[in-house]
Amino acid sequence: MSLTIGIPREIYAGEKRVATVPDVVEKLIKLGFAVRVESGAGEAANFGDEAYQAAGASIAASAADLWTGSDLVFKVRAPTAAEIAQIRPGTTLISFIWPAQNPELMQQLAARKITVLAMDALPRTLSRAQKMDSLTSMASISGYRAVIEAANAFGRFFNGQVTAAGKIPPAKVFVAGAGVAGLAAIGTAANLGAIVRANDTRAEVADQVVSLGGEFVKVDYEEEGSGGGGYAKVMSEGFQQAQREMYAKQARESDIIITTALIPGKPAPRLITAGMVQSMKPGSVIVDMAGEQGGNCELTVPGEAVVRHGVTIVGYTDLPSRLAKQASTLYATNLLRLTEELCKTKDGSINVNFEDEAIRGLTVIKDGEVTWPAPPLKVAAAPPPRPAAATPAPAKKSAHGHGESEPMAGGTLAVIFGVGAVLFWLVGAYAPASFLSHFTVFVLACFIGYMVIWNVKPSLHTPLMSVTNAISSIIAVGALVQIAPPLGAAAEGRPSGLILGLAFVALALTAVNMFGGFAVTRRMLAMFRK
Amino acid sequence: MSASLAAVAYIGATILFILSLGGLSNPETARRGNLYGMVGMALAVLATVFGPRVTMAGVPWIIGAMLIGGSIGLYAARKVQMTQMPELVALMHSLVGLAACLVGFASYVDTSIEFTGAEKAIHEIEIYIGILIGAVTFSGSVVAFGKLSGKIGGKPLLLPGRHWINLFALLVVIWFGYAFLQAHDIAAGMTPLVVMTVIALLFGIHMVMAIGGADMPVVVSMLNSYSGWAAAATGFMLSNDLLIVTGALVGSSGAILSYIMCRAMNRNFISVIAGGFGTGDGAAPAAAGAQPAGEVTSVSAAETAELLSAAKSVVIIPGYGMAVAQAQHTVYEITRLLRDRGVNVRFAIHPVAGRMPGHMNVLLAEAKVPYDIVLEMDEINEDFPATDVSMVIGANDIVNPGAEDDPNSPIAGMPVLQVWKSKTSIVMKRSMASGYAGVDNPLFYKENNRMLFGDAKKMLDEVLGVLKG
Repeated sequence: MSLTIGIPREIYAGEKRVATVPDVVEKLIKLGFAVRVESGAGEAANFGDEAYQAAGASIAASAADLWTGSDLVFKVRAPTAAEIAQIRPGTTLISFIWPAQNPELMQQLAARKITVLAMDALPRTLSRAQKMDSLTSMASISGYRAVIEAANAFGRFFNGQVTAAGKIPPAKVFVAGAGVAGLAAIGTAANLGAIVRANDTRAEVADQVVSLGGEFVKVDYEEEGSGGGGYAKVMSEGFQQAQREMYAKQARESDIIITTALIPGKPAPRLITAGMVQSMKPGSVIVDMAGEQGGNCELTVPGEAVVRHGVTIVGYTDLPSRLAKQASTLYATNLLRLTEELCKTKDGSINVNFEDEAIRGLTVIKDGEVTWPAPPLKVAAAPPPRPAAATPAPAKKSAHGHGESEPMAGGTLAVIFGVGAVLFWLVGAYAPASFLSHFTVFVLACFIGYMVIWNVKPSLHTPLMSVTNAISSIIAVGALVQIAPPLGAAAEGRPSGLILGLAFVALALTAVNMFGGFAVTRRMLAMFRK
Repeated sequence: MSASLAAVAYIGATILFILSLGGLSNPETARRGNLYGMVGMALAVLATVFGPRVTMAGVPWIIGAMLIGGSIGLYAARKVQMTQMPELVALMHSLVGLAACLVGFASYVDTSIEFTGAEKAIHEIEIYIGILIGAVTFSGSVVAFGKLSGKIGGKPLLLPGRHWINLFALLVVIWFGYAFLQAHDIAAGMTPLVVMTVIALLFGIHMVMAIGGADMPVVVSMLNSYSGWAAAATGFMLSNDLLIVTGALVGSSGAILSYIMCRAMNRNFISVIAGGFGTGDGAAPAAAGAQPAGEVTSVSAAETAELLSAAKSVVIIPGYGMAVAQAQHTVYEITRLLRDRGVNVRFAIHPVAGRMPGHMNVLLAEAKVPYDIVLEMDEINEDFPATDVSMVIGANDIVNPGAEDDPNSPIAGMPVLQVWKSKTSIVMKRSMASGYAGVDNPLFYKENNRMLFGDAKKMLDEVLGVLKG
């Protein structure tokens, strides 16, 4: 049985996004689903009906037609009351829902006896779930767009330049909150050439800020701000005092402020007061990305751009929608990944499997029964205050070309010296003097070899082997002295013919090595080039 | 030439050999190092031929033997392909071993030099040990050659109770050594000597047969070491310091190489030297390790090309599979193309990649890859997090994250290249089969990993085609 996925047109005012795009439609069809798109659904995001049809989707003329004919509905914004009324019982709806903020919406949805997966309820700490994390993809778009909005309202270049007409200083951007959106904003602003500073209550993001070209500004107060699950928490009074001072200072110095501070389930923290706005240079810009939750700036008007004290304050709440094509593509891909998880069998049917932690977390209503909030993840119980030193791996330094990497343990060394001493004593006690002189040479040569070889680069190990191979054909000398030694009286009874034969063969064998070894080493080394 | 002049020439040759090995520390001085080696060898041979120990009657024989051997050697050196280097080196080791045996026998039957008392005993021990090492080197190298060239299967042959067999062989060798020393004349001594030689040959075969294909880098460098010790033992036998020094140099060189290889695989050095090797008894069936769950994501050559051209920083990890497929030239074509486009392409070489130490470096050098973009494991491991695409070509165990994460893994503790830390990794493989260690590779199931199935050469040609097109 193959289910039909329905994509309605978003009717929320100003919403330009659409829940799937033609590229993804093809892949959904490959998973075994039929796809039905409401006429005009993708128009605002520059995806025409024809493009969907070309990808294999059918077009529903009206919303009513679409809702009644779909088994699965993909949406961006949570459905309105009118839309909910059209949902067929037994349908599965996948959309942004925000169950905590919208209890009555949850009631209405549950009453329709349907299954609802809320994209915003994804357990984000599950690394497996990252591919479906639409909050992240939307947030990074918002961060990018926030910088573009700021650049639009800002009357100067971002990058510093020295031109014939004089020097232009670079714009100074301050980003409050280095979550996904904040980091995207930092990266975008730094790429445009601005000097970017950023702050976050979670000290561990400092490295990420720096990696994107920003500078991390610390609040001069000791407190750890990770609230578990990757979000920030409300901070203590003393900390907030210190933070206010820091923000006031940044407001005086910066040309552009982008705020992204959010605390889950709470109104956005007020970071920028009216006084701070007043202290900013005229022509400065504030982009408040927390407008929907009341705003980080006191003077923000959600959904609008206003000018206060000569400072443009942008409070748009639809930043992803302002980059509709990109946002739709990413959101559609997130939904595709989720669909793949739901449809492991690739036969166009879905299984809302509660054993799967990601799907369990996403599902807020199952068959009319509210299943939100999901039980906390078992694996995500990592203690938030992590030890500062991140498990120092037993980093054994390899001794390539450096001689001894670490001193041996004293006990082992003592044993080795002990055994060595006994052996030397045995040799000294029994061996004749003629042997000892050779033995001395031998031991010293071993040590020279040891010292020399450690300096050989690993890349030259093969040439080293072939050259040592060639050198070991020095055994030829042994064969040479046996071929025709000057014989005195001792020649009597010597099997000269046999010795000559053996020595001749040995010499020929070593000659193979001697010439072959050096020649092949030469050939190899000639290939090594810079 | 007088005896003193010959001795001085030997010292000169010794110094040249040490300089030769020292020169290999760096690609720039390596060519000169090789030249030093040749000059040293020429000096040693000439000093011997014109020295007091050789009469003019031997010169025709010497020239004849040198001509035969030399031309074979030069021919082989010219014809050998770089992928066959391990085989050639193994074969050459066997020649040194055989020569050491022959010289040993010749020395034993030679009655022209008389020894008495302790000197006689020492001399006979030297002969005995020299032939022993020579025989082990010879048969071991022949088997290694067979394994490397595919004439003998790569699977380790594990006889039941093989450690006991080895121990028994050692006791027999010691017993016959005693009998050999007690022998009054050459005819009586010959029996124990021949029996010992046969045992040593069998031991060499047994030792290398028990070793799996991917452990070959250790075996090859170990045999390299043995061939040096064989030369040193011959030097003792003939009271020749030049042989002793040279043999000791080669012997310690091989020993250090095998030590490095062992450490790169986290194996015990002693167990390798003793030949008791191949992890054998306990860990052979690796099914006990946690089976990694999940799916593999496969990609096409076109998608690989897309990933590569979108990357800013690429690291290529070659393995034995690249050598088998002879793909090094295509790899370099791709590298050059990407570098021309401003992509930072580098190579990461694991110490035991391939079948002998430095095998990959030689192959890449043959393909004209500049050596300054070919890096060692320690140099590049920290760079993986900043790498966009890591491409693994025909390697498996050396990129297995299980070696770091899973203490139950049979290869736990082996240092590996951390390709999984890069943004995307692409593994080129013929199939999902596990590496020689028989361990499943969790890397394949990682979310940022892509598999490109197929023959490395063919796939890379396709990738190159897409990149060019």
